[in-house]
Amino acid sequence: MDLIKQLINGIQVGSIYALVALGYTMVYGIVKLINFAHGDFIMVGGYVALTVIPVLVSAGLSPWLCIIVAILFCALLGMATERVAYKPLRGAPKISVLITAIGVSLFLQNLFMLIFSPNPKPFPNFLDYPPLALGENFQISFVTLLTILLSLIIMVGLQFFIQKTKMGKSMRAVSEDPGAAQLMGINVNRTISVTFAIGSGLAAVASVLYCSAYPLVEPTMGSVLGLRAFIAAVFGGIGMIPGAMVGGLLMGVVESLTKAYISSQMSDAVVYGILILVLLVKPTGLFGKNVREKV
Amino acid sequence: MSCVLKATDLGVSFGGLKAVEGFEIEIGENQLMGLIGPNGAGKTTVFNLLTGVYQPTQGDIQVDGKSILGKKPYEISQCGISRTFQNIRLFKQMSVLDNIKVAYNQNMKYSLAGGIFRLGGYWREEAQVEEKAHQLLEIFHMDHLADHVAENLPYGQQRKLEIARALAAQPKVLLLDEPAAGMNPTETQELMETIATIREKFNISILLIEHDMGLVMGICERIVVLDYGKILAAGTPDEIANNSKVITAYLGQQEEAAC
Repeated sequence: MDLIKQLINGIQVGSIYALVALGYTMVYGIVKLINFAHGDFIMVGGYVALTVIPVLVSAGLSPWLCIIVAILFCALLGMATERVAYKPLRGAPKISVLITAIGVSLFLQNLFMLIFSPNPKPFPNFLDYPPLALGENFQISFVTLLTILLSLIIMVGLQFFIQKTKMGKSMRAVSEDPGAAQLMGINVNRTISVTFAIGSGLAAVASVLYCSAYPLVEPTMGSVLGLRAFIAAVFGGIGMIPGAMVGGLLMGVVESLTKAYISSQMSDAVVYGILILVLLVKPTGLFGKNVREKV
Repeated sequence: MSCVLKATDLGVSFGGLKAVEGFEIEIGENQLMGLIGPNGAGKTTVFNLLTGVYQPTQGDIQVDGKSILGKKPYEISQCGISRTFQNIRLFKQMSVLDNIKVAYNQNMKYSLAGGIFRLGGYWREEAQVEEKAHQLLEIFHMDHLADHVAENLPYGQQRKLEIARALAAQPKVLLLDEPAAGMNPTETQELMETIATIREKFNISILLIEHDMGLVMGICERIVVLDYGKILAAGTPDEIANNSKVITAYLGQQEEAAC
């Protein structure tokens, strides 16, 4: 019974990693950039929800709407970041863009420290519904259930979107060859904007779910969560959407099981150890394809 | 005959180098025109100018009498100019069918939200595109390969798929950049037939860059010869074959070799 509980915990935290990892992997897939500011979009999403919930409640609306507001805000923030910080550097050396991404990350963290003070703020628990009982002394909290289900729906939906819709196909085409894509009539700039919007929107969903489970918001919360999710993306094979999902879930489960059965201090060591092993055997990650350069 | 694509006094320079200068071309409806010239003459540069990859530093380009100057490549593609590449640039990881659909897609109207929530328009238009894509592949005798990943196709098929993809963008003018490069004589023969078929079926104009003289002389109605970025001669295949300037600049090596 305890094992199942730990597994469920792992899947919950893993789903959140997966949602964030999807953002890293989608952006990497299309512009070959590790968007280090992505983790901070989670933090922004948390603060947006935190600010908006009292407003919604006092206006007599459901606090659930905070998810929508956070998604919209983060999507706009993602698009704006791309437009202002990354687009002018398209064609510049990769390292310049990477450093810009770190700059954006620091800017967001410090901006929010300035606005909201560096101290953690409690996140209102608006998902306070009774847990689902599965037999005696075994129950799943509502947040856990919601996290797992919502992430599952989003991942399936995203896979469908990428494979079947015209925007999804455009995204795949741009990620393979932006030059050829634009000559086939694809608006490359718009495609990149949409990718950033979707990735950042997913971070906002992850943010609300994460803050509901661990109800504290602080300006630096994005760095740790973002780093974990980034590792999940690398673990699964960066640029690969199914890789981000599986990588995130696996990391969550490993972390949770290590905390329960080995030692809570060891969890990072075990997770990173596994990452190193996987990368030694398969440097492109679990789902990564070996790209052999033809000479 | 009305003029579909017209370029006047077209030129581009990179720094001090005039890659193309004073280029003129008029392609009529359903006309098949060849663009030849020695290596480095600026043929692909002309294609890059016509498709908006490079912005011309002088001159004008018109599609159906409307200037396309200053438009982005994707807008020009939507205006009706589509192309293939000298070195194949398919979307290699995508299936054959998806390669076609991605080009067709750009003419679809349904919104992003429609795609996410799968509204009525999404189903209708996707079904149409699916059908059209299969029809197009059938013309190229490639429908049985629809689910294959593009990079696994043999070379000749990849070339054909690239032409099919360019056609899926529904162009008025198709620019083919060395479609026969690297093909064996049988494949080249097949390609000539394919080009003739698509010209008939789609009623489009074609501008063709090619080094295979047999192919160019065999199917083109008019030929433009480019050398050092300038037009050396223009005319029917017979005129070009007998033009002394062309023979000196382009085929003239025969005489030297004879020495």
